[in-house]
Amino acid sequence: MMTSAVNHYFRSSIGRKHLVAITGLLLCGFLLGHLTGNLLLIAGPDAFNLYAHKLMSLGPVLYLIEAALTAVFVIHLGLAIKLNLENKKAKGKYQMKKCTGRGTTFMSATMPYTGIVLLIFIILHLMNLKFGTNYPTTVDGVEMRDLYRTTMEYFQNPVNVLWYVFSMICAGLHTAHGFASAFQSLGANHPKYYPKIKLISYLYAIVIGGGFSFLSVWAYMKGV
Amino acid sequence: MSSAQNMTLNLKIWRQNNNSSEGKLVDYRVENVSPDMSFLEMIDVLNNQLVRKGEDPVAFDHDCREGICGMCSMMINGKAHGGYKNTTTCQVHMRLYKDGDTIVIEPFRAAAFPVVKDLAVDRSAIDKVMAAGGYISANTGNAPDANSILIPKPVAEEAMDAAACIGCGACVASCPNGSGMLFMGAKVSQLALLPQGSVESPKRALNMVYTHDNLGFGNCTTHAECEATCPKGISIEHIARMNREYLKAAFTYHEKKRSEGAG
Ligand code: SF4
Ligand code: FES
Repeated sequence: MMTSAVNHYFRSSIGRKHLVAITGLLLCGFLLGHLTGNLLLIAGPDAFNLYAHKLMSLGPVLYLIEAALTAVFVIHLGLAIKLNLENKKAKGKYQMKKCTGRGTTFMSATMPYTGIVLLIFIILHLMNLKFGTNYPTTVDGVEMRDLYRTTMEYFQNPVNVLWYVFSMICAGLHTAHGFASAFQSLGANHPKYYPKIKLISYLYAIVIGGGFSFLSVWAYMKGV
Repeated sequence: MSSAQNMTLNLKIWRQNNNSSEGKLVDYRVENVSPDMSFLEMIDVLNNQLVRKGEDPVAFDHDCREGICGMCSMMINGKAHGGYKNTTTCQVHMRLYKDGDTIVIEPFRAAAFPVVKDLAVDRSAIDKVMAAGGYISANTGNAPDANSILIPKPVAEEAMDAAACIGCGACVASCPNGSGMLFMGAKVSQLALLPQGSVESPKRALNMVYTHDNLGFGNCTTHAECEATCPKGISIEHIARMNREYLKAAFTYHEKKRSEGAG
């Protein structure tokens, strides 16, 4: 008996998949914005610090955005873990090796693992940079945080650079499957445009994985 | 060029007495396997040997042996139906193997498909999902005029592609998540495409997905392993169409009160 269709939706396989897909796409959008902002590192300390300062001075609006982003992240993570555990159970007692004709790819098979790497990465990333050393500086007479220096110093340690590049490769692998898969989950798969979505998915993954990695290596090479 | 030569094969077959007992792979040797035999005939040969020796023959499901009933479920070397393109186990021929090959044969693995014995699994969960909405309710009456409802050719083709599903369960068995989205998507999609089926599409999508989830099938993560293994070449586009139908239904379907006997 279908008592409440909407109620069931949020507990069903497809409904929760939709939520993972939508939150995933939102996170993809965030990543792209983040990367664009980071490119200002190349423009020099003042440009980057001014940009960071502008974001910080949004005040309550920024907190709201951060809260929303956290919620999106928690929903994505929580549901993904839940669905994965259910899937393990659905496969039964005898787990078989992943049989593959041309279905399962390295990217799709490693989604849980790349996801876990990204979770650890985000925690460390916030600790080291957002909540990292707070140097003061003045740009055009305005006092602000020297986030540029915090960032550049962080990347002077080759271990940090390696971990960062590894994590960004994981981000690339995760989004290469996730981006296109989100469209399929939401019901957008048609021979007319799905190949293009797949292509965009790969391009997106390369831009994200490559872009962030490049910046970290660039920071290391440039020095403080 | 030994195509006409009979072969000797080493088999590793999953033997399990019933669902509650432990199973294991047992080694067998079959001789005199003709390359013209089908895979099932090869197991028949083995079973004849076993019966003659007074041993328990290997239980396996089969019926039509011509690729249309969907009974011949088994994993051959880790792949459902052997993993040959658009082929059911009964249509796999022994000429695909070489003398001396070792072949591992296991039952379909999914929590929703409990093992009955050896290679035979209980796939009635598929029937339960179908019974939850994989049909149309219409008074049949006399045969209607063939062309009274016109359906554009491309739409009819797409619906027919989806209707090709034989309910074999290979999609579930090869899915790393044990999900039943492909066979369910094929049915929801097939009927949603056609005027006769689209009327009940929202209710069908809701009820079938609800039943699917409750029977212990897993959740799709778009590996597309089902599409790669399906002996009828069903595309995951049909899963996408089901996802759309389901989304629409969840937010718009409203069960109207109907007086008994009406409608
Ligand atoms: S969708 Fe393909 S693999 Fe799945 S039950 Fe139907 S015919 Fe078999
Ligand atoms: S025995 Fe009927 S499809 Fe193989």
